Amino acid sequence: MTIPQLLVHDPQDNVGVVVVEGLTAGTEMLCVVTHDNSDFRLVARQDVPIGHKVALRDLKAGDTVIKYGQDIGRIVADVRQGEHVHVHNLKTKRW
Amino acid sequence: MSTGKKIWAYRRENGRVGIRNHVAILPVDDISNAACVSVAANIQGTLALPHAYGRLQFGADLDLHFRTMIGTGANPNVAACVVIGIEPGWTQKIVDGIAATGKPVAGFWIEGNGDIATIAAASRKAKEFVHHASEQVRVECDLEELWIAAKCGESDTTTGLASCPTVGNMYDKLIPTGLYGCFGETSELTGAEHLAAARAATPEIREKFMKTWQAYQDEVIEAHKTSDLSDSQPTKGNIIGGLTTIEEKALGNLEKIGKKVSFIDVLEPAEAPARGPGLYFMDTSSAAAECCTLQAAAGYVLHIFPTGQGNVIGNPIMPVIKLTGNPRTVRLMSEHVDVDVSGVVRREMTIDQAGDALIDMIVRTANGRYTAAEALGHQEFVMTKLYRSA
Repeated sequence: MTIPQLLVHDPQDNVGVVVVEGLTAGTEMLCVVTHDNSDFRLVARQDVPIGHKVALRDLKAGDTVIKYGQDIGRIVADVRQGEHVHVHNLKTKRW
Repeated sequence: MSTGKKIWAYRRENGRVGIRNHVAILPVDDISNAACVSVAANIQGTLALPHAYGRLQFGADLDLHFRTMIGTGANPNVAACVVIGIEPGWTQKIVDGIAATGKPVAGFWIEGNGDIATIAAASRKAKEFVHHASEQVRVECDLEELWIAAKCGESDTTTGLASCPTVGNMYDKLIPTGLYGCFGETSELTGAEHLAAARAATPEIREKFMKTWQAYQDEVIEAHKTSDLSDSQPTKGNIIGGLTTIEEKALGNLEKIGKKVSFIDVLEPAEAPARGPGLYFMDTSSAAAECCTLQAAAGYVLHIFPTGQGNVIGNPIMPVIKLTGNPRTVRLMSEHVDVDVSGVVRREMTIDQAGDALIDMIVRTANGRYTAAEALGHQEFVMTKLYRSA
């Protein structure tokens, strides 16, 4: 199997994780959902470091981010599909 | 139900199985560190365990101090133990606690003797204990006689994808055969506490877990936080690795307990499990050295430590096996990695295969293979303190 660039835990998730080093904007990523081994393609809109998250669809401020099929926080600045999701646009709902 | 896998290990006087054979030189208190370090310098094959506390503690904090000291000396990886304190009372209390295991232990105190006479007497006893320990031979034991704890550190998103599920797979395979397991990190379950609670074996244990988790929130986090803990949970290293929120970190963390097993009790810090084989939750800090020190004091003889960005933690008496699923960490910090499971994120290795690779490394480590942390000299021994001393 070809090495994927992006892994997604659960079919319900709206973010995935970059698992290769040096991913650059414009790359058409092979994305694999680990839960059922299904795959799809998505273009990265930004350079994203290994381990960092990419939005699987457009997300608006106030939206809940889902990973592992679970709530991991809320969007605080709009994000487009294929863009980097991290501390600049995602915040905990705790603490 | 046994795996049939065998290890070569030390059968201690109380029947427990140890995989290392230390002669520990244990200070009761901070001011006895110097004497302990001197004894360890005099006598080859001994291990001093200096620490920062032991004076003017009281109440639950003092109870925890004694539990940690006695538990460390009583750990089956310790063949014999010399205890040195400033005065005889608390010294003897720790000696008596360790002596209940049946292993050789002796106490010395400094008041009325001075450092030099104390070091001389304790060194003679330590030498006797080294002769005793070095004549112990490894015997064949069952793999599932081990007590194996787990904790993750410098986690990133690969931890939840690869290394933590690998530990979970190992627990799913070994706990039903009679292994004792342990996870902790109370604050770091925040965001996944509902999923952790659902893994309690009974409603009573579930309630005990939620009460423990809520108490940490109320008494530690909410009572002392200055903003939102965003620089500490997740840590700066977690954030560099791509983890954004505590919820995300917690969900990855919880992958360590696998998919099948339930936890059968909630332990106080450093409390020895008492409900037989199975998985236990211990109320601990999420700081690696504190958590490992508490788990070793509870009697765990081996630790499994999944890391993302490359935490380098070790423990003086309990070997710490490190695994990572981050290909960058494998590339940059391979000397710290015992089990490379980065094949999981490349889809070249399944979690089941990664779990088997970890079990293989557990057997080899139990048989005597030095872990990366042991070879690199990591001996972080850090006591948990509940509040300021009197």
